[in-house]
Amino acid sequence: MGLVRTTEPATSVVRLQVNGETHVLTLDNRTTLLDALRETIGLTGSKKGCDHGQCGACTVLVDGRRANSCLLFAVAVQDADITTVEGLAEPDGTLHPLQQAFVERDALQCGYCTPGQICSAAGVLAEAAAGWPSAVSAARDADPAAKGAGPAAREADPATQGIGPAILDAAEVRERMSGNLCRCGAYVNIVAAILDAAAATTDEETG
Amino acid sequence: MQPFQYQQPADAAGAVATVAATDGAVFLGGGTNLVDLMKLGVEAPGLLVDITRLPMDRIEPAPDGGLRIGAGVRNSDLAADPRVRGEYPVLAQALLAGASGQLRNMATVGGNLLQRTRCLYFQDVTKPCNKRQPGSGCPARTGEHRNLAILGGSGSCIATHPSDMAVALAALGAVVHVQGPGRPRALDLAELYRLPGDEPDRETTLSRGDLITAVELPPLRFARRSAYRKVRDRASYAFAVASVAAAIDVEDGLVRDVRLALGAVAPVPWRARRAEQAMLGRPATAETFRSAADAELAAAAPLRGNVFKVPLVSNVVTAVLSQLAGSTQPPEASAAPARGPM
Repeated sequence: MGLVRTTEPATSVVRLQVNGETHVLTLDNRTTLLDALRETIGLTGSKKGCDHGQCGACTVLVDGRRANSCLLFAVAVQDADITTVEGLAEPDGTLHPLQQAFVERDALQCGYCTPGQICSAAGVLAEAAAGWPSAVSAARDADPAAKGAGPAAREADPATQGIGPAILDAAEVRERMSGNLCRCGAYVNIVAAILDAAAATTDEETG
Repeated sequence: MQPFQYQQPADAAGAVATVAATDGAVFLGGGTNLVDLMKLGVEAPGLLVDITRLPMDRIEPAPDGGLRIGAGVRNSDLAADPRVRGEYPVLAQALLAGASGQLRNMATVGGNLLQRTRCLYFQDVTKPCNKRQPGSGCPARTGEHRNLAILGGSGSCIATHPSDMAVALAALGAVVHVQGPGRPRALDLAELYRLPGDEPDRETTLSRGDLITAVELPPLRFARRSAYRKVRDRASYAFAVASVAAAIDVEDGLVRDVRLALGAVAPVPWRARRAEQAMLGRPATAETFRSAADAELAAAAPLRGNVFKVPLVSNVVTAVLSQLAGSTQPPEASAAPARGPM
């Protein structure tokens, strides 16, 4: 086998599952998932901010996990189940609880970062429900006496940690959402909206 | 970005054979660093061999009582693993201190180890850089080097290794399993990395086609009492200015055993063996910890813009070890659940 570099752009036939629909596309291997979504499929909800994984505006859910779509080649995520902000609402138009909370809390100014914020927050809620720790909860676990009995205190015992959801407060939301930047500085209401949605989700589950 | 071919190998042996035999071929893991470097023009591979679908995504007990972590395990899954959180908290904390939730979902253990420096000159193809283009020079020594190395650098390169995870692994004495064109082999993490010397483009001891398949944590009982502290310019989502990974075993007020590694201060995750030696058998006091840190830092060669890291590292080492040593005594008048020495 020798040098494979070619002057012709290498293409692949890529099967993408986006918001429940299958798209079979012939794409240049260099096409990121973000560009495939926006330029080829026409779903422009996901935004290109920095295009280097630093701002979070391109955040989508890949098999239920939040990821920066600007750093994923579309060819590498074929057959994954991709959800964009367009796929969060119910088919009848009923908003996702996070979308509704963002509206009610006025959690945006220009709105450019909002789709990424909402997809990222959907990932945060799932991660918290699965009991995933954060830098904030890990620090509390390591030093419960110094930080007081915060929401993570019940995870302080290694024997029980990982069992049960992580409970979100403002510090937790700020840490877990730190991969999403908002240049308008709407953070205060973004945190409030996510806490509203987290409380609503928990209420629903505990009924 | 240069055009490239894309392949999904059937197994690790096939991935290794392809990359070993093909000029310009590289492995693609989570891509969080490689894809960015391709956009920047720093990397221009002709073939990406996608290893994310290989069965290297398990965390399982090692035969000797440690933990074997597949190289394809995502950073977020590793940080959430109850065995890591309970037995090796320094590793969970280091992982959670790194990057963002999105990036941790994507990044793999193997890719994290092999990520490249974030030195500004390395990432900017319009600038000279001995690491990117050997012999072109290093503007960092007289330019922007606030976040670059104070230990282990050379006249040709003072880039820092950016990983948080690798600092914890260095402290824990992790072993790296490698499958190459020859026989599979295992090497200490310290043997994986090279100091720059006058060949800063050679960062590891791996050869072309060598694939990291797993990282093994040795059993280390006192690692239950371990911690990672990261100092950075923002409260979250920023590379370290300096970081400390430590584990300590205190008996009768004396340091029976200790592990210490430093991040963001050297071209490699820096195991502070000199400091460790200086603490053994000594009283577990702030004075001991500070003089040990200073023994390690005696070899520091800071520049004008990062001389502040010397006292910073000394302070953070002292604080982290003091906190760990202090917490070996029962907390007084605390509502916290009792956690005796392990």
